[in-house]
Amino acid sequence: MITIQNLTKTYTGNTVLSIEDLKIERGTSFGLVGNNGAGKTTLFSALLDLIQPTTGYIENHGFKVNESEEWKSITSAFIDESFLIGYLTAEEYFYFIGELRGQKKSDVDALILQFEDFFHGEILGQKKYLRDLSKGNQKKAGIVAALIGSPEVIILDEPFANLDPTTQIRLKTIIKELSADPSITVLVSSHDLMHVTEVCDRIVVLDKGQVVKDLSTSGETLEELEAHFSM
Amino acid sequence: MIKHFITLQWKSFWRSASLTSGLFMKLFMGFWAVWLIVMMVFGGIGTFYGLKEKLCLDPFETVNKFLVYWFVCDLLFKYALQKMPVINIKPLLLLPFKKKRIVSFAFGKTIFSFFNIVHAFFFIPFSILLVIDGYPLLNVVIWNLGLITLVYFNNFLNILLNKKDNLIFIIAGVLLVLGGLHYLDYFDITTYTFPFFKGLFENPLFIFGPIVVLFFLVLFSFRSFVNDLYLDAGLAAKSKNIKTENLDWLDRFGKTATFLKNDIKLIKRNKRARSTVLVSVLFLFYGLLFFSGSIEQYDGPVWRIFAAIFVTGGFLLSFGQFVPSWDSSYYSLMMSQNIRYKEYLSSKWWLMVVATVISTILASGYLYYGWEIYLAIIVGAIYNIGVNSHIVLWAGAYVKTPIDLTSNKKAFGDKQAFNIKTMMLALPKMALPMVLYAIGHYAYSPYAGYALVAIAGVAGFAFKDAVFNKIERIYRVEKYKTIWAYKQKK
Repeated sequence: MITIQNLTKTYTGNTVLSIEDLKIERGTSFGLVGNNGAGKTTLFSALLDLIQPTTGYIENHGFKVNESEEWKSITSAFIDESFLIGYLTAEEYFYFIGELRGQKKSDVDALILQFEDFFHGEILGQKKYLRDLSKGNQKKAGIVAALIGSPEVIILDEPFANLDPTTQIRLKTIIKELSADPSITVLVSSHDLMHVTEVCDRIVVLDKGQVVKDLSTSGETLEELEAHFSM
Repeated sequence: MIKHFITLQWKSFWRSASLTSGLFMKLFMGFWAVWLIVMMVFGGIGTFYGLKEKLCLDPFETVNKFLVYWFVCDLLFKYALQKMPVINIKPLLLLPFKKKRIVSFAFGKTIFSFFNIVHAFFFIPFSILLVIDGYPLLNVVIWNLGLITLVYFNNFLNILLNKKDNLIFIIAGVLLVLGGLHYLDYFDITTYTFPFFKGLFENPLFIFGPIVVLFFLVLFSFRSFVNDLYLDAGLAAKSKNIKTENLDWLDRFGKTATFLKNDIKLIKRNKRARSTVLVSVLFLFYGLLFFSGSIEQYDGPVWRIFAAIFVTGGFLLSFGQFVPSWDSSYYSLMMSQNIRYKEYLSSKWWLMVVATVISTILASGYLYYGWEIYLAIIVGAIYNIGVNSHIVLWAGAYVKTPIDLTSNKKAFGDKQAFNIKTMMLALPKMALPMVLYAIGHYAYSPYAGYALVAIAGVAGFAFKDAVFNKIERIYRVEKYKTIWAYKQKK
């Protein structure tokens, strides 16, 4: 369970994020949508304690993120390319993350084996460093790395962007499978309303840093979202 | 059209992050440029009088003799340091420019490069003195023209050669072999090149040779660049086939091994990080200045410790001061993992210790100057491992300059040196061991001096945990600032 209380972030007098009270139950698959500058990445960065909120706090499984490090072993994320180590091959990167998260090499091997379809033969055994892969392939590697070490909270910022259609469909399956597990909370943000409504059971719309809609996904959700954004 | 290029250049220069980041940096770069120019001018004058009056040699003959080394060194420096002109061409490709225009502009820019101009400051004063001394003006001017041609020959050669990797080692190797053979009197390359340089002076028609060669070289490099202006040709980022590495043998180091494996790959696979290894090799030779007694001011006994710190600490000083900046490009990843700072730090610490030990072993060549010199080096190594390794890491914690791992062009003159806190912490690195030695040396004997420094080094180990805790606290307190700073690129 993640609790966000009175959270604001202000840059030189400009408030980019302001959330009074938001609770994300364990096991939810949580979608975050909003236009550019709505505060999606800011919120995710605050969740990971990468930026310091101006006021308020975030609790992850009962730990305040800026006071404890305990939440880190159950939380994983892929936000942007600063989560990749450019000079490693994909395998080396997975093993490195695995070791940081206390996984044996064989565990990591077993895990990445499950994603062979998703990788589509473009990640493993490539004889290339991550920095030389295309944006889409970098993203694939980053997303899978975020699943290493059985995390209970998985944060993915714009996971669908830059992926080819086949991979987008496979990613949707992966996210759905993850969220079927009641102990795993998945948080994704996206500009694609269709993808979010498909994979998330709760969708929050951010606008200029504020929660303007909080929906449980149903048959009408997509229409409602489209109506909201076509204004 | 040229006007557009120039405004683009102007903006890219003044708006680049490294420049806008501080007036101090601009002043500093300016200071070094002026310093180099002044040294060149004095070099030109000093060479003339030094050769003539102190060594009783004919300055003109001697300079002609050694010019071949001058130009090979010039090529070496250009290859290592001069930036290539073709960096920002991509966005221009689609615009209605003729490709030839783009290349001529890029080439034209290199003509005014500092690396070409700086030669003038040596040769002009030298030539003026020649003329005053009675050499015919016309011939001296033509000799100078010949040298200018050669400088630009190097300039364009460098443009062509820069595409090749590792060439720097071949050029440096050739230089070392030739210099070595010359020094040992086996083979003297200068006897073959001397007539050429002399010929430029004696027979003005000689000048046409280099000019014609330069002309063809420019033509050739121009052609090859115009043809290479495609995304998948000259503008493509090179990528080699590489293998996944295991380094499992490091696992015996326990938890630290995770980071150690990564750090070794960091150094092996990134130009910028590799250059720290190069620096440490250069520093190994730095001691020659002190121990060979070739520079009088450095003869004092206290300087020995100074030299010993440098000889064994090249890697430690150049690598350590950028911890954690080496990991700047993926710092967010590190900060969202549950890493133990102590393990992270001790990996870097072990690397520095191992490098210091290796340097010390390699420095055994200094036994040639007597075992007392080598004793100073060993003492310096102990101090480096015990004290400096901690201080360097501590100072690094305040450095927030992101490192672009793939570039090695900025290895000289990074702005980080001007963080006041790092300056303060740099003092004990050099000054404290010198003071300690001086106390022992002048109060009792040289051995007492060595003992004091070595004791300080051993005592430093006792503070390892305390220092690591301190650094950890700094990392925590400065975390958000550091993440923010590392995101500011270019």
